[in-house]
Amino acid sequence: MQTTNHVTALQIRRTIIETAAQCGEAAHIGGSLSMTDLLNTLFGQYLRHRPNQPDWPERDIFILSKGHAVLGYLSILHHYKYFNAKKLQTFQQNGSDLIAHPVKKISLGIESSNGSLGQGLSYGLGIAIGMNKRNQDRRVFVLMGDGECNEGSVWEAAALAAEQSVNNLVAIIDQNGFRNDGLTSTYTHKAQLASIWRAFGWNVLEIDGHDNQAIQTAFQKACDHLKGPTAIVAKTIKGRGISFMENNNDWHHNRITASVLDDCLKELGV
Amino acid sequence: MYQISKKTTRIWSRMGARAVYGQALSGMATENKNVLALSADLGRSSGLDRFSKEYPDQFINTGIAEQNMVGVAAGLARSGFDVFASTFAPFASMRASEQVRMNMGYMQEPVKLVALGSGLAMGFLGNSHYGLEDVAVMRTIPGLTIISPADCAEIYKTLEACIGLKQPVFIRLTGGINCPIVYQEDYAFEIGKAIWLRPQTNITVISAGTTVGHCLKVADALMESGISVGVLNMHTIKPLDDAAMAAVIHRSKTVFVVEEHTKIGGLGSAISDYVMASGAYTGKLYTHGIEDRYLTTGNYPFLLKENGLDAAGIEMFIRTHLGKQ
Repeated sequence: MQTTNHVTALQIRRTIIETAAQCGEAAHIGGSLSMTDLLNTLFGQYLRHRPNQPDWPERDIFILSKGHAVLGYLSILHHYKYFNAKKLQTFQQNGSDLIAHPVKKISLGIESSNGSLGQGLSYGLGIAIGMNKRNQDRRVFVLMGDGECNEGSVWEAAALAAEQSVNNLVAIIDQNGFRNDGLTSTYTHKAQLASIWRAFGWNVLEIDGHDNQAIQTAFQKACDHLKGPTAIVAKTIKGRGISFMENNNDWHHNRITASVLDDCLKELGV
Repeated sequence: MYQISKKTTRIWSRMGARAVYGQALSGMATENKNVLALSADLGRSSGLDRFSKEYPDQFINTGIAEQNMVGVAAGLARSGFDVFASTFAPFASMRASEQVRMNMGYMQEPVKLVALGSGLAMGFLGNSHYGLEDVAVMRTIPGLTIISPADCAEIYKTLEACIGLKQPVFIRLTGGINCPIVYQEDYAFEIGKAIWLRPQTNITVISAGTTVGHCLKVADALMESGISVGVLNMHTIKPLDDAAMAAVIHRSKTVFVVEEHTKIGGLGSAISDYVMASGAYTGKLYTHGIEDRYLTTGNYPFLLKENGLDAAGIEMFIRTHLGKQ
């Protein structure tokens, strides 16, 4: 039996594909599809937010540090009615503020400008420390890619977050195993990503990033962990949900033609 | 509270810019719990030692990690804190330049990034520690204000003006111990409003940072020779003061820009760009700064002398060019 979560994820994947096709330009598809289940569960159950009041002072903050996966993020924001379909259709149109990387605009639910990898965790860490200083019961979730973890600045932030025992910060690593040029070999050979986060002093949860039950359990554990920061290292499949895109890095950044769109929609079946 | 007087400015001069920065910020942290100081492990080198002990909740040593410091500062500044993040000038402006661009430029998070020991003040620490390119790099970032205080009193004035200011600022501190004293009594300081320290004449010297003090000595020496020179303290390097620049363009015939910075991209370039774009300046413009090379190392007074940026060197530069006219 299909769960509500599963159906929502299919709808979001459909929005990703249709928006990519509609924009007529190449878009980052593989990395948007790999994080969809993680974001779907986060926004649906764990992130405290109010789409009808985007600047709600008590909201949690989500930062898409792997900014190139913006299409997955925008599709989620659209699903939660931060903006309508007409607005989404301006994606990658000349003059639009919905482009290939997030541009901070809180009225649209976009909390941070990203695109330059390795910067979201520092910014999120600062926000999280600020929340604690003000005794606010709020959390910061930062989603990164495993390729992004090549950036040295990620580890500067990881070290400080652990040193300061920042307990309202959750890093989500969408470990789809690929970066722009191919396999993210850095973390699949000698250095294992989860071990590194653990060595930096983080509470680390390793999960299948497409298993809804595992994702829920991980977010719950992350929210319950009060001793320091938590990293959810989620093994995912790049291009998840479209068979010919799965683990096929040609779809890291590519254009969806009319015939490809037909094939995708048949597979998604929603 | 602080008082600008002959006595305090003499003490501050002996302490030097970095120690005064820490002391001034400590004073502001006492009055304002919203003030946070971040340091990339240079608290002891910036007078923040006492700050960190007296106000541990308002101080974060982010470790030797300048890129992260700027990102963390941005997250805190976004949350409404008055965040002053400091490290040596090249690390603030170049090691973390892309973080400055994304966080303080693109997102306009109102961090106050303090570049310590800029110019030649790092002396024997060498070229790795000199701040000779910081203005050039930071000046290209849209929406980023750049301030270089002329003396220790102006450090107080700058920090005071930055409290509660909802815009990002790069604060460039030059000078070592025995900083030149420019101000000995209270005065009106406004970000973006340059200050004539000697009234404008046909000959104008524009400077920012502690070279302003040297330029005043030069102006006094020239006056003894019957040469009257206006001195403009352009403490805000970006944005330049339109009113002051209009006065320069329309009334000055010879302009000297003096800066403890490479001649490429600094205050001299900014002034040059401005007057050229105006299309109305008909006079001469000379920039006196650091040549495009790495420098022989020595103590700060040696470096100023070697590079012609002490009062004697500046005076010679000006006299030489005036003689050519």
